[in-house]
Amino acid sequence: MFWTVALLSAPLLFLATAFFYPLATFLYRSVDNAEISGSLEATGKAIATWDRMSGIPGEEVFRALVYDLSEAHENGRQALLARYLNYRVNGFRTLIMAAADAAPDLIARGTSYQSNLIELDPRWAERRYWLAIAREIGPVTSFYFMTAADLQIKDDGSIGRKSDEDALYVAIFGRTLLISITVTLLCLVIAYPIAFLVASSPPKTANRMMLFVVLPFWSSLLIRSTAWVILLQEKGPLNDLLLTFGLVNEPVSIAYTRSAVFIAMVDILLPFMTLPIYSNMKGIPTHYMKAAISLGATPFQAFRRVYFPLSLPGVAAGCLLVFVLALGYYITPDLVGGRSDQMISWFVAQYTNKVVNWGLAAALGTTLFILTLLIYLVFAWQVGVSRIRLE
Amino acid sequence: MASVVHYPGQRLLRAALWAFAIVIFSVQLAPLVVLIPLSFTSGTLLNFPIPSFSLRWYGEFFGSAQWLGSLRNTFVVGVVASTIATILGTLGAIGVLRVSPRLQPFLMALLISPMVIPLVVVALAMFLHLARLGLAASFTGLIIAHTVVCMPLVLIPVVSTLQGFDMNLFRAALSLGASPTRTFLKVVLPLIMPGVLAGWLFAFATSIDEIVVTLFVGGPEQITLPRQIYSGLRERISPTVAAVATLSTVLAISMLVVVEVLRRRSRRD
Repeated sequence: MFWTVALLSAPLLFLATAFFYPLATFLYRSVDNAEISGSLEATGKAIATWDRMSGIPGEEVFRALVYDLSEAHENGRQALLARYLNYRVNGFRTLIMAAADAAPDLIARGTSYQSNLIELDPRWAERRYWLAIAREIGPVTSFYFMTAADLQIKDDGSIGRKSDEDALYVAIFGRTLLISITVTLLCLVIAYPIAFLVASSPPKTANRMMLFVVLPFWSSLLIRSTAWVILLQEKGPLNDLLLTFGLVNEPVSIAYTRSAVFIAMVDILLPFMTLPIYSNMKGIPTHYMKAAISLGATPFQAFRRVYFPLSLPGVAAGCLLVFVLALGYYITPDLVGGRSDQMISWFVAQYTNKVVNWGLAAALGTTLFILTLLIYLVFAWQVGVSRIRLE
Repeated sequence: MASVVHYPGQRLLRAALWAFAIVIFSVQLAPLVVLIPLSFTSGTLLNFPIPSFSLRWYGEFFGSAQWLGSLRNTFVVGVVASTIATILGTLGAIGVLRVSPRLQPFLMALLISPMVIPLVVVALAMFLHLARLGLAASFTGLIIAHTVVCMPLVLIPVVSTLQGFDMNLFRAALSLGASPTRTFLKVVLPLIMPGVLAGWLFAFATSIDEIVVTLFVGGPEQITLPRQIYSGLRERISPTVAAVATLSTVLAISMLVVVEVLRRRSRRD
């Protein structure tokens, strides 16, 4: 017992500190609202007394906001606050930036904060900005998850779907699922016969074939993706071949399309399907099929009723691996696909590296994570993780 | 395991399967094969036919401090990360097989989870964490991140090697008076060595090809080979990439052959 604990403590401690803890804090970021609630503490307390039923908040709340903004101005948090509020209501950025710049001056002038602020920018008299502040003042927010689900809070406080031109992410999640399912099915259809052939060949032949099966795993993903672009481009070798044999009259453009994404992803992910199926098939005793046939089953019946059901755990493991790996793909679609072939991971990367919006990146990432986790758990419970084998 | 089932149409079926496998294997060789001739072009475009044979782009690679620097970074991170991953993964694999069968699947699922969680989530989570610790854009941070990603790839082959290991040998060594450490080093480790080495190579191959985590966690000082390739890919694919690809294919095939040899050896034992 002591040795078991000692052996396991090193990898588990490492994973806990270097992976599970970071993962948990990342997941929390998808609801974290510290950028707003942290900068508007006094406003948050004051606005709690506002009934939100009509009009705008009173002098108290305006005063609290001016003091909060003055502080944000001093410690340089105003730009961050302005940006995060701007995600909620478009136009908040200029509103906050101007008010924060003027805040020390407004404090010096004293009463009335309400009329002075509205004089600075008449939009402070609009209800929608105040409703947004009242709604988004808490330490946690559901805003990013709603954005990820194409939902929005309307001015009357009800939740509704975004208009078709603003809706984006549900369709991208759909596309991600569709691409992943298609890639998984294509891999299965290709890998099953190959695994069967390898598993039923003499060891020497099987070993040689295995070299070809695992080749994509050992070669670089980036290089394979790039090579597919070169192969499939309009002036590429594939078109040369098709034109020479007169199969097409003019070059077909496959590079930068959905087909190219399928081809490259199936190519790269195929070993993750073939290996678990092959590993499982090797464990199926050959005399089972023989027995079925000698008892009068046709070879097809023997396969369908005996062999195929026994190979299902391997099929499940292969499908799980390919599907969850495909769900998280973004480099390959980025290189070989077009704009409309980008999957959810690409958008997570966009919101991290290009447009910095941690909350939305975290909400999209968390949704993807939960989806993957559910599939993984169902698999672990129904089939068992030990079926995931790479030899 | 040779098929000894005989039924009508068997030859035809196997011929069809062979034909299918050969087509698929050829298609999968194409992306590797296409880049080899292109890497020897004297021109600046990656198009066939190549104007004339030249080693120009290999010269470009070996003459560039940037490319060589990225090559060094790749190997440093790859060797260190996969070695740590191998130590942790092997300990984890032995530990997993010693716990009660009820606990085993749960532990295994936990230990290989970095492999099934979307890479972009792993990358972003690790980046935020390492940034808080002041380790973003450092080699330490990048090595930690690569170790996390590589560990499951060690665990899986080592667990399957260990499953074929006769635990009685372990008990015998202990009952003959060897200390657990000595038993591990003298009995267990030599027997599972092929699996451990294969695991190291799996991890190494993953690390030197890793791009997503590296893009998020690495800084301007931690440009690895995949990152260097990726940065140039978006605008125009330079034939230098084809030269790098050819070199990396040679490396990939050598690793593949080594692993196959190890695999056969562990089978025979």
